[in-house]
Amino acid sequence: MLPFTVYVLLFLGLPLYVVVHGSLTTDSNQLTWHNFSQSFTQPQYGTAFEHSLILSAWTALVGAIFGTWLAAAVVAGKPGGLLRRTVSSASGVLAYFAGVPLAFAFIATLGRAPGGVVTGWLQDVGIDLYAHGFNISSMFGVGLAYVYFQIPMMVILITPALEGLRPQWREAAESLGASRLGYLRHVAIPVMTPAFVGALLILFGNAFSAYATALALVGQTIPLVPAEINAAISGNVLVSSDRIALTLGVEMIAIVLIIMVGYGLVARRARRWLG
Amino acid sequence: MSARRVPLWRVTILALAAIFFLGPLAASVDFSLQQENGRYGFQNYVDIVSNRDLRDALFKSLEIAAITAIVVVVLMLPTVVLVRLRLPRLTLLLESATVLPIVVPPIVLAAGLAQLQGSAPLWLVKLWFDHPLTGLTPIYVVLALPFTYRAIDTGLAAIDLRTLVEASRSLGASWLQTLTRVVLPNVETAVLGAIFLTIALCLGEVVISTIMLYVTLPVKLIQVGQTSPGISVALSVVGLLFVFLLLFALSFAAGRRRGSTSVRVI
Repeated sequence: MLPFTVYVLLFLGLPLYVVVHGSLTTDSNQLTWHNFSQSFTQPQYGTAFEHSLILSAWTALVGAIFGTWLAAAVVAGKPGGLLRRTVSSASGVLAYFAGVPLAFAFIATLGRAPGGVVTGWLQDVGIDLYAHGFNISSMFGVGLAYVYFQIPMMVILITPALEGLRPQWREAAESLGASRLGYLRHVAIPVMTPAFVGALLILFGNAFSAYATALALVGQTIPLVPAEINAAISGNVLVSSDRIALTLGVEMIAIVLIIMVGYGLVARRARRWLG
Repeated sequence: MSARRVPLWRVTILALAAIFFLGPLAASVDFSLQQENGRYGFQNYVDIVSNRDLRDALFKSLEIAAITAIVVVVLMLPTVVLVRLRLPRLTLLLESATVLPIVVPPIVLAAGLAQLQGSAPLWLVKLWFDHPLTGLTPIYVVLALPFTYRAIDTGLAAIDLRTLVEASRSLGASWLQTLTRVVLPNVETAVLGAIFLTIALCLGEVVISTIMLYVTLPVKLIQVGQTSPGISVALSVVGLLFVFLLLFALSFAAGRRRGSTSVRVI
């Protein structure tokens, strides 16, 4: 236990302490709220939080819906089948590894013509995506790329819950005269709802914390909180930028913490039926 | 059910997913095969091997990934075994500690480290941050804690740990022997799963290494991409397929043993 404790304190606790301490002090080490009030009054940071929250919300929702649908289609297949293995391995790749490669795959696909393959095809048949306002460096473009790791993350998160739906419940419902839809509405969906909401929260936090894909696609100039922190550390803003970076960091942690507490509450309910 | 007909709702989503996910992969392959002279060929793939900087970054990242994977298992396996057998009171603490890395976004961890690099005593900065191996490995271990803990814990829950350990100890094995010769083989797939995900994480992590100015594989990938996107796309394709094959192979190794192959994230 001791090595673990020391390790976590040193390599997680220490940086975390530095972040919190730095956000609450001035350069001469005096306690202050100034950093926080500054982060609230400068409009660029408010905008960044707004964009980050909106991006996280819609990519989480889209990822959760399609992820659940996909996971249900996969779970309905043979347990040791090729489809299952392929989807679960691919989900692992996209959810854990893919940030930068994903960005490049995206550039190759939907980048500005003549680069992007699909952009090029569409242009050949008379549809000019970029003339219609699409851009992979825009907030929507980055969000679309995020969906590529949100759906797989949802598949990973929701598959155990879907596997926990017992066939007996369906049989019981059917033998009592329930239709397919009736089973879904009165049994499957109510049982699954807490697990779904829990996974949705995790996806939200996942997108909120993520930066790799946006970094590779756009860099520091996109108005998302991680990009603002990056810009502040790199000294591309005017005043006491180190402290602003740490303060924005504390604010990010606070938001993720709220999400995780919500998750904890929902997860407890989810375990009632799907142990 | 009607004779082996796949229902429409399944076909629809599987087809959509195939287009949505395989489309960009196919486009990337196409893109990476277009050479600068306008013809199709493997020049971009040849350049991956011949580009010295890229190769250096790749080896650096592989080295970091290997060491991180070893450290995280050596750190977590004994800890989880100990807590399960002797200190069940600390389960909640362990669970909370291993959720923390999910709560702290990588960019914030990076900000803290950058601050530390600027303000810590010189000897510490030299010792810790001078080399990417010492600068990144400890932090990547922290990032790998959540799924490693959950994988090992799930693996240990599926075996009769107490009996195995008592049998081994009463036959005269030391703790180290018990861990490596008795416990480890029984949770092999769980540990292997954690190791592979750790490798994937280390090869993909870019935010912290960018902020800390270490040139790891993904950092180099972005740099190269600004001048020659073809090479970066080619390497992205190789990377995606490599990690996919790693996890795909694992799913077969796991299939031969009992227990679930799916990863618990939280």
